[in-house]
Amino acid sequence: MRARRGLSHTHVGSLHAPDAELALRNARDLYTRRQEGVSIWVVPAGAITASSPDEKDAFFDPAADKVYRHPTFYEVPDGVAHL
Amino acid sequence: MYGNDFSAPNSAPDEAPGGLLGEVEAAEAELRAAAARGRRGGPAPDEDLAAYFAEVVDAEQKIEPRDWMPDAYRRTLIRQIAQHAHSEIIGMQPEGNWISRAPSLKRKAILLAKVQDEAGHGLYLYAAAETLGISRDELVQLLLDGRQKYSSIFNYPTLSWADVGAIGWLVDGAAIVNQVPLCRCSYGPYARAMIRVCKEESFHQRQGYEILHTLAHGTPEQHAMAQDAVDRWWYPSLAMFGPPDGDSTHSTQSMAWKIKRFSNDDLRQRFVDMCVQQAEILGVRIPDDDLRWNDERQAYDYTQPDYDELMRVISGDGPCNRERMAHRRAAHADGSWVREAAAAYAAKRTNKEKVAA
Repeated sequence: MRARRGLSHTHVGSLHAPDAELALRNARDLYTRRQEGVSIWVVPAGAITASSPDEKDAFFDPAADKVYRHPTFYEVPDGVAHL
Repeated sequence: MYGNDFSAPNSAPDEAPGGLLGEVEAAEAELRAAAARGRRGGPAPDEDLAAYFAEVVDAEQKIEPRDWMPDAYRRTLIRQIAQHAHSEIIGMQPEGNWISRAPSLKRKAILLAKVQDEAGHGLYLYAAAETLGISRDELVQLLLDGRQKYSSIFNYPTLSWADVGAIGWLVDGAAIVNQVPLCRCSYGPYARAMIRVCKEESFHQRQGYEILHTLAHGTPEQHAMAQDAVDRWWYPSLAMFGPPDGDSTHSTQSMAWKIKRFSNDDLRQRFVDMCVQQAEILGVRIPDDDLRWNDERQAYDYTQPDYDELMRVISGDGPCNRERMAHRRAAHADGSWVREAAAAYAAKRTNKEKVAA
């Protein structure tokens, strides 16, 4: 669901439907009764491949020791502007 | 705007709502904060899964569907979330009864929206239960077979239009007091569903209060009607919090797992304390001669509901148990052609696409 123009789509919930068209209609009825969104995407659950939380440590490890990717890693000398 | 658990975190409302709605917002903020604290990821390969689970729960972090969890935790959640979902679905009946007889077009439109919300709440909750590895069809069948329960309150009849007001004020009010702490439940999908449900429930409670307020400030006959509804719904509403703490079978473990946060009696007391002042403004009397402020306890003393009656109603012998179940079974059976037609249409279209391809 895109809540408002300019925001990214965010997962809001699940539902049952026989096909994509009815899934959209059901999603509108179930998740936008109070104008919560301006756009809906529906995806069959079976089409989603998920990384398991159990794999989290190993799977996301490569990013753990690269603190230099964050700007806060660097020391900026006093007085430098626009950096 | 209600019910959006996806608004930008810094889009604070102009005024912070107080009371129960404020607590829902606080629970939502807490959920975000806990996520932001971001402890390490999954358990180490040689780590004891039970210890890891306990650590996550103790750190006020959420358990998510694919995390390891004790079997009893899973079973307890399925039972509780399913019972909650069934209650929303059966709960449409007592009020749906009055949609065609609402006193004005405005009241009819509002009541329709409210009953539609209850269906929505049932669906949010079935979806949350499904993350635990049970299907919605199975849950619906368990309800239809009478093997899972719903809240005993919906086995009482709605005899007048004022009952719709009393249900909103007292029944939805009690439900909110019960449910606000569930927004902080340790199981992520349930907590998130409850945040959404609670925000929507507050509209329900206010519309009921407004109906009663209008009646209570109308003609003497209308006032009597409001009073009669409150007389009949007060004790069943108190019973919604369940048996007294000493007799509650599931409480201790659920508290340890942070599924439940307060005891039945604590929540009941809280509800009574809230209602007294609201009743004064309504101009109706709470039907309890022993209701009085206790300065020592800083709370109201009140008469307990009849727990024997509660047990009778739970075990199937309330005024409307048979009617509610018969209606639900009939509605499910009568709707089967819609489900079949939708499935047939979807299959036909898939076939067509295959032929065209």
